[in-house]
Amino acid sequence: MTTLNWTFAIIQAMIYIVCAPLLVGWVRKLRAYLQNRRGAPLLQPYRDLRKWFIKETRVAHTASPIFTIAPVIVFMTTWLAASTIPLLTLNTPTTALADLIVLVGLLALGRFFLALAGMDIGTAFGGMGASREMLIAALAEPAMLIAVFTLAMSAHSTNLTQIIDYQLGSGFVLRPSYLFALSALGLVAMAEAGRIPVDNPTTHLELTMVHEAMLLEYSGRHLALMEWAAHIKLMLYGVLIANIFFPWGITTTLEQWSTLPIAILAVVLKLMLLALIMVIAETVLAKMRLFRVPGFLNLALLLALLGLLSHVMLEVGV
Amino acid sequence: MSPTALPLLQQWVVVLAALLLFLSFVILAQTRLISAIHAFAWQGALIAGVTAVVAAAAHSPHLYFSAVLTLGLKALLIPWMLHRLTRRLELENQAETLRYPALVGMAAVALIIFSYWLVLPIVQAELNFTRNIVAISLAVVLIGLLMMVVRHQAVAQVLGFMSMENGLFLAAVSATAGMPLVVELGVAFDVLVAMILFGVFFFQIRASIDSLDVDQLNRLTEMTDASDGAEGEVG
Repeated sequence: MTTLNWTFAIIQAMIYIVCAPLLVGWVRKLRAYLQNRRGAPLLQPYRDLRKWFIKETRVAHTASPIFTIAPVIVFMTTWLAASTIPLLTLNTPTTALADLIVLVGLLALGRFFLALAGMDIGTAFGGMGASREMLIAALAEPAMLIAVFTLAMSAHSTNLTQIIDYQLGSGFVLRPSYLFALSALGLVAMAEAGRIPVDNPTTHLELTMVHEAMLLEYSGRHLALMEWAAHIKLMLYGVLIANIFFPWGITTTLEQWSTLPIAILAVVLKLMLLALIMVIAETVLAKMRLFRVPGFLNLALLLALLGLLSHVMLEVGV
Repeated sequence: MSPTALPLLQQWVVVLAALLLFLSFVILAQTRLISAIHAFAWQGALIAGVTAVVAAAAHSPHLYFSAVLTLGLKALLIPWMLHRLTRRLELENQAETLRYPALVGMAAVALIIFSYWLVLPIVQAELNFTRNIVAISLAVVLIGLLMMVVRHQAVAQVLGFMSMENGLFLAAVSATAGMPLVVELGVAFDVLVAMILFGVFFFQIRASIDSLDVDQLNRLTEMTDASDGAEGEVG
């Protein structure tokens, strides 16, 4: 049974790698439809990745070893973080690792190396991008942690599996704290995944780019790994929000194989719907000035704080 | 009170009350008057929603009437009047920035904790469900008060006053399943009359000090005392 469980845990982690570009392709396709364009085919992100892997990798002669090792570290930490989040089933051997604080820590580690890589060559854009990324991260992380603590207080555990289990066990309950935590995590996800009100993933305009500015010096397989990590990060936040707040459909045990197709269908539907909501938000909103981003993330922090307070005030039995 | 133990309708009351508290923050932090008025209108609509849900939960049909009254008065009529006033006073595009927005937000959060702490002793009185909502409504009242303190704009202060009234109404509805209809009608007309009086006052204030920034009223008294030093400041 344990070998089966381990294989399934590894398969589940591989699904993140394989399917993340597909999700990005779906997001781009939806966005194109909403802008009355036909858009690139659904599999375009895969083709881009293949192109980058085939192309020659050039490294600036001023680069230190950090520059070449950063893509691997960023990719691995993002993937490791993603693999802790239950995608299809709850009971895998990695559940012991599935701690929300570990998740935030792993993402922070990846971001640290991303910023280092941005500053490594010494170009102006890289340093600017790194400083902006750190500004956003410093403001987004407290909001995310408080939102996470709100969930942890309801389930009495910071373990993701137990939180989802608790949510499944209590059935459909309206919780104001979950509502606030959901909105806070949604705002944080938009900021951290570099989506439109905070950062535009498709632009290479000097004044506005954040994530792209750090990748400006990368080429070939390094760029492919960095972009792939960004895709995985988007999927990570999507699955996190979908499975914590709407866990219905996820398999609790691997003994019954018959529930697996339902789990797959449920997660695909949830991700497609979340992507649709995100794309509508991106189409309606305009990218904000960098100096307004702290206000945006303060709103996320306030929402998370209200979630925590409303949990204490409204939901704790005395 | 764990939400799993509550019936679904009361869960709705709790969620709506929490959203109401959030809207209080929105009104407090909103720099544009028009947007603040819209947030206030939404708060009124939420109050009406709470009243309707309580009516359904407590099977008291007169609360439906009160919900319709609240919706008409606080979500439509008063916001419309405020809207018209701002347009006539030409304040639509005026943005009033708070001097320390983060500090004000923290003060509001502190007020929530304070009101929770105040209401905690009521636990002994076996009002376990309504206690939570009373804490929320007290927080809404206190945040309205805070808004009247930190804002300089007369119209924004009126919004704070009105949202204080919303908090009181929430407490009345959730703690006692509504006041008698006569009292409710009286309060409703009081608010309406207050609104009309505020409208008259706005024009009076603007006619006398040429602005709706209430802080300038202080300076005016200083100017009569001190001879000429303050004159440059006002202009």
